[in-house]
Amino acid sequence: MANKFIVATAPHMHSPESTKSLMRDVLIALVPAFIVSAYVYGLDALRVTAIAVVSCVLVEYLIQKFLLKGATTIGNLSAVVTGVLLAFNMPANIAWWIVVVGSIVAIGVAKMTFGGLGRNPFNPALVGRVFLLIAYPAQMTSFPQPAVGEYVDALAGATPLAALKAQAVAVGDVNLLNMFAGVMPGSMGEIAAAALLAGGLYMLWRRVITWHIPVAVLGSMAAFAFVVALAQGGVSSLMYELPAFHLLAGGAMLGAIFMATDYVTSPMNPKGMIIYGIGIGLITMVIRQWGAYPEGMSFAILIMNAVAPLINKYVKPKRFGVIKNK
Amino acid sequence: MKTFPIGGVHPSDNKKWSCNKPIEVLELPDIVNIPLAQHIGAPATAKVAKGDKVLTGQLIAEATGFMSANIHSPISGTVTAVDMQPNGQGLRQMMITIKREGDEWMPEIDRTAEIKRQCNLDSAAIIAKIKDAGIVGMGGATFPTHVKLSIPAGCNAEYLIINGVECEPYLTSDHRTMLERGEELLIGVEILKKALNVDKAVIGVENNKPDAIASLRKIAKEKNFAVTIEPLKVQYPQGGEKQLIAAITGREVPPPPGLPIHVGAVVCNASTTVAVYEAVQKNKPLIERVVTITGKEMKEPRNLLTRMGTPISTLVEMAGGLPEGDVKVVNGGPMMGRAMVNIDSPVTKGCSGVSVYSGKEAHRVEPSACIKCAKCVAACPMALEPYLISKLAKKQMWERLEEEHITDCIECGCCQFTCPAGIALLDYVRLGKQTVMGIIRARAAANAPKK
Amino acid sequence: MTVLVSTILTLSGLGILSAVILYFVAQKFKVEEDPRIDEVEKMLPGANCGGCGFAGCRGMADALVKQDDISSLYCPVGGAEAMKSVASYLGKVAPEKEPTVATVRCGGVCSKRPHTNEYNGSKSCAVAASFYVGETACAYGCLGYGDCVEACAFDAIKVNPETGIAEVDADKCTACGACVKACPKHIIELRKKWPKNRAVYVSCVSKDKGAVTMKACKAGCIGCGKCAKVCAFGAITVENGVAYIDSQKCKLCRKCVNECPTGAIVLKGMDPLPKEPKAPAAKPAAPAAKPAEPKKVEPKAAEVNNESDNKQK
Repeated sequence: MANKFIVATAPHMHSPESTKSLMRDVLIALVPAFIVSAYVYGLDALRVTAIAVVSCVLVEYLIQKFLLKGATTIGNLSAVVTGVLLAFNMPANIAWWIVVVGSIVAIGVAKMTFGGLGRNPFNPALVGRVFLLIAYPAQMTSFPQPAVGEYVDALAGATPLAALKAQAVAVGDVNLLNMFAGVMPGSMGEIAAAALLAGGLYMLWRRVITWHIPVAVLGSMAAFAFVVALAQGGVSSLMYELPAFHLLAGGAMLGAIFMATDYVTSPMNPKGMIIYGIGIGLITMVIRQWGAYPEGMSFAILIMNAVAPLINKYVKPKRFGVIKNK
Repeated sequence: MKTFPIGGVHPSDNKKWSCNKPIEVLELPDIVNIPLAQHIGAPATAKVAKGDKVLTGQLIAEATGFMSANIHSPISGTVTAVDMQPNGQGLRQMMITIKREGDEWMPEIDRTAEIKRQCNLDSAAIIAKIKDAGIVGMGGATFPTHVKLSIPAGCNAEYLIINGVECEPYLTSDHRTMLERGEELLIGVEILKKALNVDKAVIGVENNKPDAIASLRKIAKEKNFAVTIEPLKVQYPQGGEKQLIAAITGREVPPPPGLPIHVGAVVCNASTTVAVYEAVQKNKPLIERVVTITGKEMKEPRNLLTRMGTPISTLVEMAGGLPEGDVKVVNGGPMMGRAMVNIDSPVTKGCSGVSVYSGKEAHRVEPSACIKCAKCVAACPMALEPYLISKLAKKQMWERLEEEHITDCIECGCCQFTCPAGIALLDYVRLGKQTVMGIIRARAAANAPKK
Repeated sequence: MTVLVSTILTLSGLGILSAVILYFVAQKFKVEEDPRIDEVEKMLPGANCGGCGFAGCRGMADALVKQDDISSLYCPVGGAEAMKSVASYLGKVAPEKEPTVATVRCGGVCSKRPHTNEYNGSKSCAVAASFYVGETACAYGCLGYGDCVEACAFDAIKVNPETGIAEVDADKCTACGACVKACPKHIIELRKKWPKNRAVYVSCVSKDKGAVTMKACKAGCIGCGKCAKVCAFGAITVENGVAYIDSQKCKLCRKCVNECPTGAIVLKGMDPLPKEPKAPAAKPAAPAAKPAEPKKVEPKAAEVNNESDNKQK
């Protein structure tokens, strides 16, 4: 017979999704934020992103090829995503060699030492960023002034959160609409709340992510800010201004939509995802409110990354057919 | 529109190749092989020996105990062997081989086209007739229908649910049956309602079969049948018994050993219901069924009314033969069907279709590392964590698997379908489930009170 | 200064408190254990292979210490030596057991057992076996996906890529039995280990009828019973269409090897008996079938068969 019979167990069909297609969708979702940062910071945004992507991919390739002497998996685009996210977590005017150091830490230390994609306990881009933040604090926290406007009158160079921490600005004076559009100093990718939200909606539509983590993170941050506002000023306009400020400032959007939802380092079931998201939101707000750093998103995500395996172990989905006794 | 609450996936249904092909009667096979185990439960006991003459519809193997089913000869002729023959998976099992001589039916079978609605039998008589006819679930699970209809003491049936979902991609045999034999189906529903003594009957049909829904509604209205036709949102595995009950009644069947009857539901497949009609009203045992033969590369996909025991290769030839090169011939649909090595194996009671895949489609995707995307968890209709149980099964950690409720798994294949890394999750989950069920059975046997 | 003092005081206080708590907890949850268990565990090989039936060497040591009669316990890896030293330490009687070796009873190499399909599922014998017959038409033969290789802690079993069948390195094999348990087809058996790795066994477990077996595999046992007739020691039984040589009764006389029409009886580590020159016509064939070197009995036979195959084609 001319036929060769192929045999395997069911299912004999597979969804068109692959690791590569998912990563491609994440990259597409990052495009709006990239455009905004390129608009706000000009060619610098392009430069930093390009360096980060190339160095991340190169580091992964070199390690797999020459250190592990195995097959290379750069084709699945995960290193590209890490590179873009790392770039988005840096000021646009950062020196090129700092970007390279960050890439080496992100891919080499945070990802490949644990066995590559799927095995890293911590989000590689965030490990890279936090390493740089501690190693080069000055370079990592001096942001160029946006070329297109200001989020608050007469205040140069400081991010909204840093300004708030230094009590240099009152929340009521801030132009929230400008912040929403991305007109404020900050890391390249974190400034454009509107663009990040658009990317998040795209990922939800493509079913790359589920709503649980972003909603839990942002929701718990808003709730926390609301309570703080209530404690500070009682019933006032601060009640909605402060939550809005916190959601728009710093890395809240980038963190909640793109960093906390990282597959590898987040819990595996919806209930766990919500707990994880709330953890991130609360830790972020605690650091912002009482910590030494103006921004706590990176630390919060890394802390909750460490908790994720524990959540996976103890938080189980509701079993089909079991009705809770009342 | 209703659907089931947890998980599910949306494979492309690929029914377009055969859903518009009317049911054709396949010419009678010259030789049939009838396996004694065509149903869940004990294999039937052969009642004929080599050299015996049999008529179409004659009992050739009798149910062995309650949880078993009768088997009747699908053709008339001479028994040439009662021996071990390879099945579709190449494993040998006991089969009765019959060589055809003409087509002479048992005299009591009513072969006229007349549709008989009036049924004066009581519940017990109906169930007895269904048992005699050897009817089993024709959707693929092959659970003996008379067992399903015998409500255990302490339980009460509230709903009769007819499964016209056919959520399995490619297959269209139920679809065509509902479309072309609507009235018989609805009479079958009436008979089943009587057998179960229930008043609520719902036919669940997925929304991708609007013609079947419309046709059934029309007949029900015109001829005054008390039945609801419920369109369901397309989502796999809606045809799973537990999923269908949840979609229609909102009730969840408790975990094993929970049964549908524990939430007051009895589910019966659409084709099975037509077979019930034939058995009760026309005295016709289950000797033929509609089989879809389809595939992207098949020249002539069809829906064929096929006698049991017909070699599947005959159907393949009717559809224009196998495409060149690498092929995967699957008994059933792509999500739960079984790939075959021996296409001369017979059509059985549970064979609702044969789907053929060629070239790249015949092969699995290359697996890569798990990225923990949790899509398998989101897809699992039983709220299990497939990534975890698959890994535990691979590591043979049976106790942990039992704690993770592996026995809840319905082997629908959603996890493996959806895995972007192309990991063969279900291979090991299935293995783990089999092993754990074995352990549980052994434990139950050891703990059983000794007499 | 006060900061320093308070710091020192709090920390020391905390330390002392923790120590006290730990002490009481340790007392409460103290597990009394026979110190001999540690000693016995040291005498065992420490491979934790599970060959004794316990999860690891610790479990075995525990049982050895606690049970008065240890005749049912045996460490296949450490063998008689380890058992003797344990027994003398504990003052118990060591169980006697003959050394055994894992034996793969399938001769269905690729050339003799043609493939009928291509398996595209997970490379696991257990998965494939739970679902279908396998890549050949024989439902009993070695699948070759290496579940036994996975199970072996001693690197003693390998799937030969040329034959597609698992092969045991008798020198490395400790007869722990892990592969026997892992094989879903129950092909691997622990058989008596003769000096110089000599062995005679039926390399087939197919319970199919002779004609069916023959169609699927040219090296299969067809259950003809010729070997049983020729055996002077009653070591060979034929049941369910397959012959079995009892390694306890077998004296390695090798008469059965020459009788087998399919070559299913495998001889290892020895020369076969010279073929009896019954008829002169048989003579020319005999030297061809007789291998020159003793260790290459099987491959030679396979080659001969290949040649005849080619002629048929």
